[in-house]
Amino acid sequence: MTAIVAPNIDPHLIETLEKVSDPEIPVLSVLDLGVIREAIEKDGKIFIKLTPTYSGCPAMDVISDDLKAAFREEGKVAEVTLVLSPAWTTDWLSEAGKQKMEAYGIAPPLSATADKEVLLGNQKIVKCTHCRSSNTRLVSQFGSTACKALFQCEDCHEPFDYFKCLK
Amino acid sequence: MEKEHLYQYILGIADNNLILGQRLGELCGHGPNLETDIALTNIALDLLGQTRSFYQYAAQLSDDYNSEDDVAFLRKEREYRNVLLLEQPNRHFGFVIGRQFLFDVFNYLFIQQLQQSTDDTLRAVANKAMKEVSYHKRFSSDWVKRLGDGTDESHAKMQEAIDDLWRYTNELFELSEIDKELVKLGVAVDVSALKEAYYAEVSELLTEATLAIPQDQYFQKGGKQGIHTEHMGYLLADLQYMQRTYPNMNW
Repeated sequence: MTAIVAPNIDPHLIETLEKVSDPEIPVLSVLDLGVIREAIEKDGKIFIKLTPTYSGCPAMDVISDDLKAAFREEGKVAEVTLVLSPAWTTDWLSEAGKQKMEAYGIAPPLSATADKEVLLGNQKIVKCTHCRSSNTRLVSQFGSTACKALFQCEDCHEPFDYFKCLK
Repeated sequence: MEKEHLYQYILGIADNNLILGQRLGELCGHGPNLETDIALTNIALDLLGQTRSFYQYAAQLSDDYNSEDDVAFLRKEREYRNVLLLEQPNRHFGFVIGRQFLFDVFNYLFIQQLQQSTDDTLRAVANKAMKEVSYHKRFSSDWVKRLGDGTDESHAKMQEAIDDLWRYTNELFELSEIDKELVKLGVAVDVSALKEAYYAEVSELLTEATLAIPQDQYFQKGGKQGIHTEHMGYLLADLQYMQRTYPNMNW
């Protein structure tokens, strides 16, 4: 499986990159998500390598446009290329990102082994994002977007999303 | 290796995803319940996302087409390389699940092997797709069990679909002359070697779902050579409508 590879990002670009968020989970910046694999400035132009969370993720086109627009505002030109390898994993989500995700109402991904147990319905460990109960059940392996599964809390009966582990 | 051969090989993989994605897309807003509707369109989205990468690669190799969209939308029926199984219509939910299951078991084994390809792009797309196709297989296997081991009606409908679609399964393991050449180079997957594992896994799950394993030895093929069933023309009429009506249109 893919090892965690630290992205190659020029420190002076971080401030701008942090302003660009995932259109589906607006509290997460592209840096929290770990989808920026490289961002370097060379000869006055910025070169960004972006990797998708899921193959068919429709947010990628929007993120790509948003990145270009964010740098355009600073009078800079950015070129964005999509890279598939190494494949994105939920390990690349930052810890801060996971906390923001939970606060936003999406249960963050568990470890790969725990994730499998949960999605097979064997164990109840995903915490309800509303009442924190672990008495939750999987409603559907496929949720509102490709990266999420749909859960329901058996205690407060509210539905919520769980961000599936991808590794 | 000839460029044209690699191009043809990629189309074989990409067209399978496109055509199944189109069939699943037809169900958008028509699934039997909300969760299933969302699941099927999510699966379609995964397949179309993967196939976009395949078509981009194909377009780089093609002398006739410039973009992924051109390759996907502008070919004629005989130029599509998908297997016959995937163009079969959504006659009822049993058919949707049966078709998905019979393909997912194959696709899981196939993508697993494609991760070993000597071609960098194919390997990268396969790496990305692996987890996605394992979700697909879990979904369709669960439903085969639920319907097969469900009510008399769901059992009968699931059996009908498996019996009807069974004849298209053998084609998944056919190798063309081009495929054989690419297998030798380590680029292509030797699908003929997956056959035994495939039928063993499918049979085991059908038995668990209380369904009978079809004994019919008559198999139909032709999709990989571009000879399709009568359903393909209608499917393409729908799929290509916008590009044929407004050539070069963009979203």
